Amino acid sequence: MKKIVLVLLLIGLIIFLSVKLLTTENYKPTALSLLEEKYPKKETSSVDHSQFAVLQKKFNTPQEVTEACISCHTERDKEIMRSSHWNWEREEYIAGRGIVDIGKRNAVNNFCIGVEGNEQSCAKCHIGFGMTSTTFSFTDSKNIDCLVCHDNTETYVKGNELAGLPDPSVDLNYVSQHVGKPKRSNCGVCHFFGGGGNNVKHGDLESALFEPSKDVDVHMAVEGADLQCIDCHLTEKHKILGKMYSLSSMNKDRSTCEECHTENPHKEDILNEHTYKVACQACHIPVYAKVNATKTAWDWSTAGKLKNGQPYEEDDADGNHTYLSIKGSFKWGKNLKPEYIWFNGTADHYLLGDVINDTTKPLKINTLNGSYSDKDSKIIPVKIHRAIQPFDPVYKVLIQPKLFADKKGEGAFWQDFDWRRSSAVGMKDVKLPFSGKFSFIKTEMYWPVNHMVSTKDKTVQCNECHSRNNSRLAALTDFYMPARDYSSFVETAGIGIILLTLFGVFVHGTVRVFSSRKRKASPNNQNLSGV
Amino acid sequence: MGKNKVYIYKSFERFWHWTQALLIFFLAFTGFEIHGSISFFGYLNAVRYHNIAAYAFIVLIIFAIFWHLSTGEWKQYLPTLEHIRSQIDYYLFGIFRNAPHPTKKTVLSKLNPLQKLVYLGLKILVIPIMVISGLLYMFYRYPQKGGGIAGLNIGSIEPIALIHTFGAFLLITFVIAHLYLITTGTTITSNLRAMITGYEELEETEGDENKSSENSDEVKSPEKKQNIEVETVLVEKEII
Ligand code: HEM
Repeated sequence: MKKIVLVLLLIGLIIFLSVKLLTTENYKPTALSLLEEKYPKKETSSVDHSQFAVLQKKFNTPQEVTEACISCHTERDKEIMRSSHWNWEREEYIAGRGIVDIGKRNAVNNFCIGVEGNEQSCAKCHIGFGMTSTTFSFTDSKNIDCLVCHDNTETYVKGNELAGLPDPSVDLNYVSQHVGKPKRSNCGVCHFFGGGGNNVKHGDLESALFEPSKDVDVHMAVEGADLQCIDCHLTEKHKILGKMYSLSSMNKDRSTCEECHTENPHKEDILNEHTYKVACQACHIPVYAKVNATKTAWDWSTAGKLKNGQPYEEDDADGNHTYLSIKGSFKWGKNLKPEYIWFNGTADHYLLGDVINDTTKPLKINTLNGSYSDKDSKIIPVKIHRAIQPFDPVYKVLIQPKLFADKKGEGAFWQDFDWRRSSAVGMKDVKLPFSGKFSFIKTEMYWPVNHMVSTKDKTVQCNECHSRNNSRLAALTDFYMPARDYSSFVETAGIGIILLTLFGVFVHGTVRVFSSRKRKASPNNQNLSGV
Repeated sequence: MGKNKVYIYKSFERFWHWTQALLIFFLAFTGFEIHGSISFFGYLNAVRYHNIAAYAFIVLIIFAIFWHLSTGEWKQYLPTLEHIRSQIDYYLFGIFRNAPHPTKKTVLSKLNPLQKLVYLGLKILVIPIMVISGLLYMFYRYPQKGGGIAGLNIGSIEPIALIHTFGAFLLITFVIAHLYLITTGTTITSNLRAMITGYEELEETEGDENKSSENSDEVKSPEKKQNIEVETVLVEKEII
């Protein structure tokens, strides 16, 4: 008996010790500790631009500022003029298409559809001056807008519909004397407002990231590491790492978590193994659109309704538009769980003029390639923006309508509310034929979710994916995942033999009890106890 | 026809048996949490504990193999077709009539022919399958990425997982049947007590007709504690 107690104690001790050893509460990867040491130390600038005479003479036009910049920073203008921020397009290789230039000229989205013919207002987010639909010189370096990225005073703003020129109120001398590396505020003025309003497009890039708390984003948190965009989107010679697969197609120049955190940042092996197939973002961004809603659906087919001959708008309780006569109906979402897809870093795009082969299912505006069996694929979180937008049912192509104009009568939909006319004008602008018929088609656009990384305690837990019901990965059915998946054959067979055995035990046991009672009741009559 | 207390399960054997029981129970419990059937420890913990218990199980199995080989106890599991019929008949009919066990339990032959078959099946089929599929489950890597054991490049975990799951169902089935069948000894608890204390009352002689043991009342008669030490020594001699 003593021995048994000893053995049990020993086993208990072993279990206790192994559990103790495996507890990981206080673990912090070395890489992370190093980063935490490095980033709070803010750099101070090595020069004071306000001392430079060339920046003290009175500037009358923004182009004069650019000339002053280039007078010292020679060659930088050439770097800029090679960038996609300037060209609004870049060369991409796409399997099946070859090398193509993709950019705002030929790509389509399922928000405002495209920029063609609308440059005057879109140019507010171009790093150049003077872009209109007819005139813009991509080779004149004087038109580079240095300040929009390098202003450190947060006073520089571009004017509305000024073709990219600064608002007249801006003090160009003051701004040019206080320049430096771009901050979140510089990138954010454009990238947080894509789609014409805060957080409309991305869902994970919005004005809350100007000064976020740790709950919103651990990296950019003001009371934390306070990282700026370019801390991760490393930049050399004005070439910025990281890009959006709304327009990019190739698996290169990406900005990754691993560049700081390494590929094996966890203490637990089983978690590190997940990184073979699961992108960091999938677990570490449990929800996006944490502060303000993002647009999740856009139905162009309802656009054009008027009240008393006038366009009108309807808003939800948070002040987001749910209907605009000029644009149609919208859906919004806040604190959204991402959807998940396989992604190998390459993408294809619907380009203007591409024929839609299957008009019965939603058209993917951008196709993110990947699958379980593809070695380079990982599971990533995405926002899928779903739209219903105009297309030409005869030529089977998406329609680029003309939307914006100053006045009625030019065919712009936002003035005249005539789909046929604005389609005809818009398609003519992009030099594509239009059959005269228009219809509407469902489209999907995929926006990888990369920002709004949560604190460790909010990380997606194992059983949010590894579970029978409501698995976050329920839609990814091309692989076996423990807890979510099972074979109904094995399950039925397994439970079947267990139930049969239990039944057998029950019957056998009952007969045993019954027969032994009988035997006891009449110990001399052995014949009665047979079965 | 006397009965003797015989030292039938050595201390290592009992240690092995109970640790194995505990581990299989624990592995099944954590395993079915991993499988998504229950939730108790939390998923990550279930995986962690399942892995620890699996390693412990493997260590235990290695010791057990060594013990079986060095003591010759492995011969207990050599299957025999002899008396299989009568053993089945016993469980189906005899037991209800309080008929005698068709085979006698002795130190040299503690398993009846059905037990031999089933335990052998566990030892050379189900448990190895569980261990191997479990280790593959632990160490497989996706085909393209290195790490782990380079040779173990498995495209999909599915077949491994399904085999492992089915094995788990089989083991649970075994445990249920086992728990019931241990009550069919001389008394309901005599088998259980034997596995705890090591001692069991067995027939003194072997190869007997055993007619007299139909008087089950005899069991209730006071235990004849005689010469246990001597008996043990004898038994150990026999084994060596
Ligand atoms: C040495 C023996 C064993 C090893 C090495 C082993 C290893 C493993 C591993 C690595 C997993 C997958 C955990 C994960 O997802 O990371 C697993 C799952 C599982 N194990 Fe074991 N195991 C062993 C024995 C057992 C036993 C004895 C049982 C039950 C009696 C069992 C039942 C299960 C079950 C039900 C699953 C879930 C399978 C699924 O749903 O895919 N395992 N085991």
